[in-house]
Amino acid sequence: MDFGLTAEQEMLLESTRRYVGDHYSFEKRRALLSTGNGCSRGVWNDLAALGVLSVNVPEEHGGLGAGPVESMLIALALGEGLVVEPFLTSAVIATRLIALAGSAAQREQWLPALASGERIAVLAHGGGDDPSAVMTRATAEAGGWTIDGRQMVVYHAPVADLLLVTAQVDDPHGKCLGLFAVPRESTGVSLDSYRTLDDQPAADVAFAGVQVGADARLGGDAAAAVAEALDFGLAIHCADAVGVLDRALAVTIEYVRTRTQFGGPIGRFQALQHRIADMAGHIENARSMSYVAAVKSAAPDPRARARALSAAKVIIGQAARFVGQQAVQLHGGMGVSNEVAISHYFRRLTASEIRFGSGEHHLDRYAGMMTDS
Amino acid sequence: MDLDYSATELAFRGRVRQFLDAHLTPDLCDVSPTDESAQAAAVRRWQGVLHAHGWGAVSWPVDFGGVGATPVEQYLFELECALAGTPIQLPFGLRMLAPVLMKFGNPAQQQHFLPRILSGADWWCQGYSEPGAGSDLASLKTQASRDGAHYVVNGQKCWNTLGQHADWIFCLVRTDAAAKPQRGISLLLIDMHSPGITVRPTRLLDGTCEVNEIFLQDVRVPVENRVGDENAGWTYAKFLLGHERTGIAGVGASRRALLRLKAIAGEERRNGRPLLSDPAFRRRIARIEVDLLALEMTNLRVLTASAAARSAGVEASILKVRGSEIRQAISELMMEAVGERALALRRGFAPDAASEPVPATGHVAGLTLSYLNLRKLSIFGGSNEIQKNIIAQTIVGL
Repeated sequence: MDFGLTAEQEMLLESTRRYVGDHYSFEKRRALLSTGNGCSRGVWNDLAALGVLSVNVPEEHGGLGAGPVESMLIALALGEGLVVEPFLTSAVIATRLIALAGSAAQREQWLPALASGERIAVLAHGGGDDPSAVMTRATAEAGGWTIDGRQMVVYHAPVADLLLVTAQVDDPHGKCLGLFAVPRESTGVSLDSYRTLDDQPAADVAFAGVQVGADARLGGDAAAAVAEALDFGLAIHCADAVGVLDRALAVTIEYVRTRTQFGGPIGRFQALQHRIADMAGHIENARSMSYVAAVKSAAPDPRARARALSAAKVIIGQAARFVGQQAVQLHGGMGVSNEVAISHYFRRLTASEIRFGSGEHHLDRYAGMMTDS
Repeated sequence: MDLDYSATELAFRGRVRQFLDAHLTPDLCDVSPTDESAQAAAVRRWQGVLHAHGWGAVSWPVDFGGVGATPVEQYLFELECALAGTPIQLPFGLRMLAPVLMKFGNPAQQQHFLPRILSGADWWCQGYSEPGAGSDLASLKTQASRDGAHYVVNGQKCWNTLGQHADWIFCLVRTDAAAKPQRGISLLLIDMHSPGITVRPTRLLDGTCEVNEIFLQDVRVPVENRVGDENAGWTYAKFLLGHERTGIAGVGASRRALLRLKAIAGEERRNGRPLLSDPAFRRRIARIEVDLLALEMTNLRVLTASAAARSAGVEASILKVRGSEIRQAISELMMEAVGERALALRRGFAPDAASEPVPATGHVAGLTLSYLNLRKLSIFGGSNEIQKNIIAQTIVGL
């Protein structure tokens, strides 16, 4: 039993934190959000230079081939800074998915470009862990596939070069979930772009007769690979949430220490102190479960993996909701001002609870897998 | 980062299981929860069995006759014992007083008392709380005045756990009435058989007598039974209370209770199927199981953290608050599972008698008594509100 980090992992965490602290201030982020979709080529290149985009790329494709802990630490640091860059979507989920399901040629085509930050890829899959909910269909045609349908709430689709699209297919051996590499600029792909609750660029993506070659398909039945990549994404998303939770508590403590009413700081009142103690308790459990999620995301048994990840999301969801709401509450009127950082942490935490399946959804999933004795 | 037990830890757990398989006999486990003297006898016997096989004090250093186990190994030992349903090991001597004696006691005290704690020869109890000093412990009034080579102690202690069986009590007493409350306290070791000590059991809301009032009238205590310096007792008291990390969350007890809850919900039927298959009830169990898993991981994280990474007080308090809430929630759900049968309490109509529960056996037995008893968890050892004060005062710093 060892919760410790290696010296290299400590360095990775510190260097990512230092970058976020020095180059991704609240004001810098606000400026990025006010002038465009929030993502910045400059920030993305910096992250590539730090090496954080290559952690999930196998070494033979120019990456670090690191384990889940490295991704977890990066996500923690990016969460602390409310970074809106596509680390989770591209460098974690899409990268893992191509490494898992891609052919040698597909891996060679995409992974080095993802590691260097030259290209951004995202998984377009609105079905969560229910493949039958996928509203996209791929039909085999001479020399390739035609894709029709739509995918909802695809994070970072507006900045992606490549969409990894899940689609129902009728293979000769039966219906299954296919996975297709579709350049975003393909004819027939249209985006209804928007900003999410947590200020990230996303889109509902429509596919109308999109033609791709036979070599665009990744693997056969991709359901297992998609589930594994999504579980990995969920695990790393938990770490992002812990970064936000830590900062939300820190700024709240700072506020109650400095805000003066009735002749002293409001943090001296027990009603507020106990709320802060409860927040700290939630966060410590969330941190523990984000470790569990990351480590178990690599578990070979999919059922053990799913159970651990659902447990983690239940705990992280509870923490995100409680800490987010109480952090706003303890800020009083300032808590509902968009000018103050806490409202941004709150929105990110609210989104954290919803993304990758809400806590309630995962509690159902866990209850279904729970042993009876 | 490796969240599985190491080969060494698994080997240790294997040895614990082997020992329990061989030596945890039914007469030790199957003691009626309402037969207090049989319970006490089992506790004494169990410490003797543990000691005879080298498991008497897992947390103690080898030099003092302990196992010298790592924190994770101690945790595993307590977990396995709880899951197996062993009698408790009294914490008062082993986990509370002993670390204080090892750090602040003189060699004579160490040589005399520690082996007797280890073997179970002495049953220790704790003399902290008083009628006017609960959460505000430093306001205690029990007085010890010097008379030659003795202290003469007068006062009253309360909420003293299992002192009716005790041979010795470690007592916080006021030795300087003029000093600031925390400054004038000393820690005395008092023979419970001394003249002037009266023990009056307090009947609790579950009908048992788990705690006592202790009256001290002109009790003479040799000065050599003072631990450390006079008027420095507050330091030792805080050390004593802050020492506990491995068992404070009660993960083992909660895991055992959760298994029982599932067994109960498997037996009970609702709408023609086991309650355990009822989606709403199953979800409530699932939530507790997930909360317990998170608590367990936090507990292990605290145990393995380097001293530098620790935030003393905060962690133990978080574990205590969450651990008690979860244990109480399981108990509540057990009662709910059996519906109105939870209302039948004890056989017969004798006043003030801890008679056997109704029903006496089966999966419903003792559920309500346990629910009543476990209300104490969020109160003793510093109520959960006090724990939250500690957490907030540490991290807010006001």
